[in-house]
Amino acid sequence: MIPNSTAAGSLDLLRTMLTIRKAEERLAGDFKAGLLPGPVHLYIGQEAVATGVCAQLDDCDWITSTHRGHGHFLAKGGDPKAMFAEIYGRSTGICGGFGGSMHVADVSKGILGANGIVGGGVALAAGAALAAQLDGEGHVGVCFFGDGAAAQGVLGEALNIAALWKLPLILVCENNGFSEFSPSSSVIAGDIFRRAEPYGIQSVRIDGNDIEAVAEAAGAAVERARNGGGCTLIEALTYRIHGHVEGENAFLKTRYREDEEVDSWRLKDPISRYGRLLEERGDIAVGKLSELEESIGKMINDAADAVADDPYPDSASLDRHELGAS
Amino acid sequence: MTRKRLIHAINDALVEEMERDERVILIGEDVGASIFGDTRGLLARFGPDRVRDMPISEALMSGMAVGASAAGYRVVCHLMYANFIYTAFDAIANQAARLRLMTNGQIRLPVVFMAAGGGGRSNAGQHSDYPHMPVASLGGVYVATPSCSADAKGLLKTAIRTDDPVFFLQPTSRGGEMGDIPDGEHIVPLVSAKVLRSGDDVTIVAVGAMVRVASRAAEALAEDGISVEIVDPRTSYPLDQDTIIGSVRKTGRLVIVDEARSAGSIANQVAALVAEKAFSSLKAPIVPVTTRDLAIAYAPPLEKAMIPDADRVVDAVRMTLREIAP
Ligand SMILES: Cc1ncc(C[n+]2csc(CCOP(=O)(O)OP(=O)(O)O)c2C)c(N)n1
Repeated sequence: MIPNSTAAGSLDLLRTMLTIRKAEERLAGDFKAGLLPGPVHLYIGQEAVATGVCAQLDDCDWITSTHRGHGHFLAKGGDPKAMFAEIYGRSTGICGGFGGSMHVADVSKGILGANGIVGGGVALAAGAALAAQLDGEGHVGVCFFGDGAAAQGVLGEALNIAALWKLPLILVCENNGFSEFSPSSSVIAGDIFRRAEPYGIQSVRIDGNDIEAVAEAAGAAVERARNGGGCTLIEALTYRIHGHVEGENAFLKTRYREDEEVDSWRLKDPISRYGRLLEERGDIAVGKLSELEESIGKMINDAADAVADDPYPDSASLDRHELGAS
Repeated sequence: MTRKRLIHAINDALVEEMERDERVILIGEDVGASIFGDTRGLLARFGPDRVRDMPISEALMSGMAVGASAAGYRVVCHLMYANFIYTAFDAIANQAARLRLMTNGQIRLPVVFMAAGGGGRSNAGQHSDYPHMPVASLGGVYVATPSCSADAKGLLKTAIRTDDPVFFLQPTSRGGEMGDIPDGEHIVPLVSAKVLRSGDDVTIVAVGAMVRVASRAAEALAEDGISVEIVDPRTSYPLDQDTIIGSVRKTGRLVIVDEARSAGSIANQVAALVAEKAFSSLKAPIVPVTTRDLAIAYAPPLEKAMIPDADRVVDAVRMTLREIAP
């Protein structure tokens, strides 16, 4: 029995995925309108992964994320308003405007942050898992990383230590087919999930656009980790519908994927797919999905609007981070 | 003369050197797609044997660049954003900078590590460093810091022909800037500073993107009758000491502008040099204008407050003029 398979749990999953989707759509529009000071990497199409995994976690469990981190932040309970304010560079942002899109973090929710260094979160999550193990309260560390990041040597090093020390670590590889503008097949050899095997670590490859499959795999992995069973590697197959980074067509001179490929993945959209399934099952009323889309869309736009004109941080606020100053 | 963007000047240098010597090879992440535009067209022109798209494996890539250059190739290793040199650092610090001496010259390493560094675009803390001095501190790697199209082309061509490691650090924020490039074969030697503007009252030593900042300050000061000499070291390591000392002997006042943080800025090196070799020429304390010892912040007003701008340089110059000779 997976933890979120009750009708109420299902509705939560749907809501969270929609929250991420609407937030990312808002940011896409904001970027186009020139309202964002820096680059943004959007998570549209991958919502089921963050949502299904984080539904198994509570605030005392740790996650590390990536440059494509808004979805992980929101799924782990981060506040949309504080996220928008951060990405707008405002003092009310979750990191006071110091970090921006690639560094959204909320330690009170166990979110150790998005990360601008590809593969940077792997060792951090292993360290957080070590801390959780030392605490002895059954908490876990989860690392979200991309298929591209799987080329970093630190993944092998983390698998090794996680096996030796039986770390409560869940490595979640979101294989979205691309490492920036290179197709995965050109930069990643073999199957990522199989890399766990020689270390004696459990691993599984799942359809990352199937939220129930994600929730089930993550639920099993988290339970194992909480009970001293050590590390799991999950490879979730998914696809990013937007570009690597918003605005990429302005600097790319050649195309790296076909429209037909993107369209074929739109048909496998994790949100409409799950909404349809729940309607068919009778878990939600027919028409509920579009109703939710509208209400969540409004909630998100209100959240963004509410902070869009918040003040920028004062330059004196830099003083508080200087070493030796206090 | 031909007017070109800095990024196209780099592209020209790569094309010309790859044409000239078939043992020049290029490796880097997405050098085919070319995020900055500096490697655009090279894959089509020189083929996948010589232009290699790497997986995201910086620690491996920098080590392979060392190995391939030890084994007879001239390797250009593109690290993309300069912060990723930290990920690549072991092979640069422990191998590239050391092998020549340790093997008593049996191993020479014609390898160029290139990257784009510096802030100004809200790329935040992990994509905005200008790490020329960490590399300079190794003592075994030349550090080239072009500030304009002509120097970018001339320095990169020299770097590729050099039998020792070179770190070529281009200014991220200046890629689109136009500049005149001499026609025909254009070479700029390493360890040769350039006097961009001659003047009598104050010397400004400025590096990379800060050269333009210094020029703007000099123009503003000229309106008040203050005559500024600007020296661009062009190579942060080793320094062209004579040009710097010669200028300070003439003006007796020195301002150093570097977008690297104070704790690891070239201001420390240049000030020490001048204190040692031209102390008696100084009419006022040396004034450094550098970035605060903090991660580069995301919010535009914070980032602007930390990185040197023309106003700060103007103030620094005025400060040297207020001081009376001891
Ligand atoms: C250490 C490091 N190298 C390179 C980059 C540049 N970069 C940013 S995202 C990215 C691709 C990451 O691909 P993947 O891990 O699959 O994540 P995705 O973008 O597909 O979500 C690259 C190469 C970086 N940020 N950090």
